[in-house]
Amino acid sequence: MASVSRFSLPLRRLRCSSATSQKTSRLRPAAQVRWTTASTEPHQADKSGGTKGASAPAKVVKFTSETYPELKRDSKYSQITPEHVRFFQELLGSGSAVIDGLSTDATDDIEPFNSDWMRKYRGHSKVVLKPGSTEEVSKILKYCNNNMLAVVPQGGNTGLVGGSVPVFDEIVINLQRMTNIRSFDEVSGILVADAGVVLEIADNFLAEKNHIFPLDLGAKGSCQIGGNVATNAGGLRLLRYGSLHGNVLGIEAVLPDGTIVDDLIKLRKNNTGYDIKQLFIGGEGTIGIITAISILCPQRSSALNVAYFGLESYEKCQQAFREAKSQLSEILSAFELMDGRSQKLLNRATGRKLPLEGEHPFYCLIETSGSNSDHDSEKLTNFLEHVMESEIVSDGVLAQDQTQIRDLWSCREGIPECLGHWGGVYKYDLSIPISSMYEIVNDVRDRMTEAGLIGDDDAHPVVDVVGYGHMGDSNVHLNIPVRRYDKKVEKALEPFVYEWVQGKYGSISAEHGLGIQKKPYIGYSRSDTMIKLMKQIKDLYDPNGIMNPYKYL
Amino acid sequence: MSGLRILVPIKRVIDYAVKPRVNRAQTAVETANVKHSMNPFDELSIEEAVRLRERKVPVEEIVAFSAGPPKAQDVLRTAMAMGADRGIHVVVEESEQLEPLGVAKLLQQVVGQEKSNLVILGKQSIDDDANQTGQVLAGLLNWPQATQASKVTIEGDSVTVTREVDGGVETLRAKLPLIITTDLRLNEPRYASLPNIMKAKKKPLAKKTLKDYEGDFSARLKTLKVTEPPPRKGGVKVDDVDGMIGKLKELGAL
Repeated sequence: MASVSRFSLPLRRLRCSSATSQKTSRLRPAAQVRWTTASTEPHQADKSGGTKGASAPAKVVKFTSETYPELKRDSKYSQITPEHVRFFQELLGSGSAVIDGLSTDATDDIEPFNSDWMRKYRGHSKVVLKPGSTEEVSKILKYCNNNMLAVVPQGGNTGLVGGSVPVFDEIVINLQRMTNIRSFDEVSGILVADAGVVLEIADNFLAEKNHIFPLDLGAKGSCQIGGNVATNAGGLRLLRYGSLHGNVLGIEAVLPDGTIVDDLIKLRKNNTGYDIKQLFIGGEGTIGIITAISILCPQRSSALNVAYFGLESYEKCQQAFREAKSQLSEILSAFELMDGRSQKLLNRATGRKLPLEGEHPFYCLIETSGSNSDHDSEKLTNFLEHVMESEIVSDGVLAQDQTQIRDLWSCREGIPECLGHWGGVYKYDLSIPISSMYEIVNDVRDRMTEAGLIGDDDAHPVVDVVGYGHMGDSNVHLNIPVRRYDKKVEKALEPFVYEWVQGKYGSISAEHGLGIQKKPYIGYSRSDTMIKLMKQIKDLYDPNGIMNPYKYL
Repeated sequence: MSGLRILVPIKRVIDYAVKPRVNRAQTAVETANVKHSMNPFDELSIEEAVRLRERKVPVEEIVAFSAGPPKAQDVLRTAMAMGADRGIHVVVEESEQLEPLGVAKLLQQVVGQEKSNLVILGKQSIDDDANQTGQVLAGLLNWPQATQASKVTIEGDSVTVTREVDGGVETLRAKLPLIITTDLRLNEPRYASLPNIMKAKKKPLAKKTLKDYEGDFSARLKTLKVTEPPPRKGGVKVDDVDGMIGKLKELGAL
């Protein structure tokens, strides 16, 4: 009988995705596929289906140095020479650990490390290093620091603000070879693993032990846990499990001078001095490279339910959220918002049928997870009846099985990927007080319409302005899918969006980080005093400034 | 002909996305605390019955039927939320599992009581993979059968069924009454919408036991042992091209 799942799963997939799954690669930017690790992304690649409309032409990504002409290569950094490369080759040994674009033509091999998956940022790096151990990372950094060679730490390269790709000729240090899961304690739920472990692999490992990684996001099949921690990724279940600042118990990191910061503590409580590890969490590789983490993983819930609603207005979404909190309380594990436009674009880009008949201005996805399915079902049914009868939601569906759960989730998780379908996306990841969270989307859309930038044909750069995000965390993703990246669009967006957010005392980067995109705008969310303190820390740990330059601060 | 009276038998099984585990005693698969849902082939049956009605084929009634533990009620409610008019639940405890012949004998009597003239079954349930019930029922009733349907059209009392066979399709035509079993590409089942889930709660669900039916439903087979397939051996990672060539040579592939 164990063969049942093996038999039925492929059949089911066949039916659900029918003939469309092979075409997914057209939808996904070609470059990303190349460095996606072996695992699949069930919410994206398997289910998002094929493309009905014409897919965007494969464009050459513009160099970041051309997009931002004001950025100049800092002459304090040395130019990389064949001697440097020889040192790395001797240090790392095996041939695949060093991609040498200096003495050989390795353009195609290096390209995936030079540009990001949104095709927005592209560097000029000639050398990629893939260390296999913390000691190797330490030796690399020490050498780079002594020789004034700038570096970019890189994980799965799924970042959204250009933080993980070089700008000029910085050396890429990619952690994809550090994939060891070091230990897991079934009693405490504490996992210790190398930074290069892919999130989904870590989560699958934990699933076998009935635990769950306290972070989940759309890119889980490619992103690495070290990168997740370095960028303090938020994701889909933050509402339930909290931020990485709380869940990460310890880290192992390497400072630019080669010092190994061994702080892989496996304690929940440890009030002994400054909590230095927090500087690395969300530090975006500017003071050191995280090589391993220890993280507290909660028990995996055995009972999972997902419902998907259509709602009339943003006010109704807020009402639904309030009701969900009061009636579902401890079993509520996600409350996601998608506007009608984002769902329509998902449908246009992938051809997938949406779960609800008819169109609704807003959609919400609710997930509950608990330990007793009867208890959860009863609560959820009461909640659903209540929101239907009091007309808070206009329509909705409740997943009846595991595959429907995945399909409903893909209506939310598939959005970021499908928006790139027309050529590119401008993404803003904003924290805004919940009552005015969606206003920004309408305001930006009005602004684009006034400027005549939005339209259905090629003459207009902007396809649409959409908003979706983590309603439970007051975090909205303002996305502007475009046919091409255009300075006029940029001018209409910035600094308008940032000023708008500042006016509401929001944050210009809720979970994506600063990277290169938001470096100039940090002042909209942090005071001069705070920025000064941050700069002192940067100078203290990275006095030569070799770590991920031109970004963050 | 007055109209179609469709009977759709459905089964509650371990969710197809869940990996079944064999219990410690190696007598069966672990079912406690495991997510269950409607057998996917049965979802197709319900969907097809509802679509027939939506295509304006004169459907008088769609009855969903399940024989299984008390929780089988849940899948009957799902079936009614998808569009079945009412449900019949024969409560069978986990300990007294039915075999295909037993189910077919039950269905034979239900068909008589409900005056059904079309029975749409899943071609098989994904837990025991027997693929027998539809065929045995056709034999007991002495009705024609069209198995593994990928397309169904009905005009008057003439039914045309397309079935996928090796290397092509086969088209059958038969007169009602008829047995149809469904295959994967017949349709794509809908989601149960909230308004329909709520309506389904008010639809009639008759509760019965095996005692309400005549005949011997006892099992004829005895399960001796259930074991998991041997785990797949993991691969090895090589460091570089030379390593791979060496490994291939070692395995005699080069």
